[in-house]
Amino acid sequence: MARMKFLCDSDRCIDCNACVTACKNEHEVPWGINRRRVVTINDGTPGERSISMACMHCTDAPCAAVCPVDCFYTTADAVVLHSKDLCIGCGYCFYACPFGAPQYPRVGNFGSRGKMDKCTYCSGGPEADLSEAEYVKYGSNRLAEGKLPLCAEMCSTKALLAGDGDIIARIYKERVIKRGYGSGAWGWKTAYRETVAI
Amino acid sequence: MKTGLTIRALTFVAAMSLAPLSAPSFAQQSPSGKNPTADSVNEEALFKQNSKITGRISIPDTKAGTLEQPQGREWRGFHEGWMPWIGAIAILGMVLLLGIFYFTKGRIMLEHNEHSGRKILRFNTFERFTHWMTATCFIILALTGLNYVFGKRLLMPLIGPDAFSAISQWSKYAHNFLAWPFIVGILFMMAVWLSDNVPNRIDWAWLKAGGGFFSNTHPSAGRFNAGQKIVFWIVMLGGLAMAITGIMLVFPFAGLDINGMQTIQGIHAVIAVLFIAAMLAHIYIGSLGMEGAYDAMGSGEVDLAWARAHHDLWVEEQQAKTASGPQVRSRPAPAE
Repeated sequence: MARMKFLCDSDRCIDCNACVTACKNEHEVPWGINRRRVVTINDGTPGERSISMACMHCTDAPCAAVCPVDCFYTTADAVVLHSKDLCIGCGYCFYACPFGAPQYPRVGNFGSRGKMDKCTYCSGGPEADLSEAEYVKYGSNRLAEGKLPLCAEMCSTKALLAGDGDIIARIYKERVIKRGYGSGAWGWKTAYRETVAI
Repeated sequence: MKTGLTIRALTFVAAMSLAPLSAPSFAQQSPSGKNPTADSVNEEALFKQNSKITGRISIPDTKAGTLEQPQGREWRGFHEGWMPWIGAIAILGMVLLLGIFYFTKGRIMLEHNEHSGRKILRFNTFERFTHWMTATCFIILALTGLNYVFGKRLLMPLIGPDAFSAISQWSKYAHNFLAWPFIVGILFMMAVWLSDNVPNRIDWAWLKAGGGFFSNTHPSAGRFNAGQKIVFWIVMLGGLAMAITGIMLVFPFAGLDINGMQTIQGIHAVIAVLFIAAMLAHIYIGSLGMEGAYDAMGSGEVDLAWARAHHDLWVEEQQAKTASGPQVRSRPAPAE
């Protein structure tokens, strides 16, 4: 089985937000929830860089560790998923997540939050693959159809890479060697305790 | 002239045809001849400037502007590493201490001369209502709060994830909503008991005498002895600390960033387990630990002789208010 990861090549990201839109549309994500977002650092200055960020599907995921009802699980492809049936909306996963991935449908209302929602790496949830129940709760399951996450698939500059960690790291390394520069695999050290050595 | 031109043209063509071959040697440079990333930010340098990476975001959710906050892993280390140990040591440690006290010292019994058959009102209806409202909320808040740390370790293996999740969901609602009557209770307590809980010289003497616990005597005390005053101040300061941190948790990110939320959660949890440990001691001495103590908060009336022994200065003060001794009623002995 693969070890699925995301890698955003910020030297290619043009802050077009197509990944964000694709994700929202593919999974019918409710208003106010962003499973993926693009953050621009040093906006407006010559060193500006944009990075597309979502759940990184961490190794030894902190969200799963702090969950008081243990609603998280890791698939054979190393994708971190959770059960909305078990989630109580306590908000701990957001405190623990280094990437701000967990989202909640309700913001106010005395911190009741509702069921947490986050990037599923386009691979649904604990319900039967490609079932209606799975789609309603977690969105579509592209992995079960043999496809990779839509955000990366339709990235116009191919800045966002999704797939097996070794393969996307190799693609990124080749790019960096060929063009002579690269600002690194953002978040990899925090998420996977390793980075792409070039 | 003509030859010169031809040679130049040939050189140009040669140069053009060679260009693709020599391309790799130019790969390090962009068409402008500059490294386009010379000014660009990178993760390592940003982490040297700041502990987290933030930027501009085009969606209304401002917290999404934080790209990376590795402190999440530290908070996880606290919550899953330290917190269960702090909680277990504080609570089980107190249970152990109380157990040792009970089995060595036993229950503090009423003495013969503490039965007069005459009663004195110690806590009026409003005071008892305040106490029990706050106490009920406290117990539920404590149990549902402990569930966040210990539930998945102790309860979930017994009842399974589905039942545990359902209980935890209701626990969360109970925790978030019963916090409000608890806060009201704390404020009521402050209103009714603050003036009787100002520390004074008598308390110092009481503490020096060890509260009479070890000598079986009764050092002088006003309405509340020094031990009770300590409990009062633990409840006031602990309750207010829980209220302030709790309100910040119930309105997440209202004025606090992610690191602020993590810190507040840690403070809330640590004070909570210490508070629970202190209240276990209070519950023990008010029920199992001392005969007759429960009546004060149960029926509100205590035996006059008991009151004279334990709160001599208070009884004097009450009786001085009217010559006949206010609020002192004699009760006919029940026919048995």
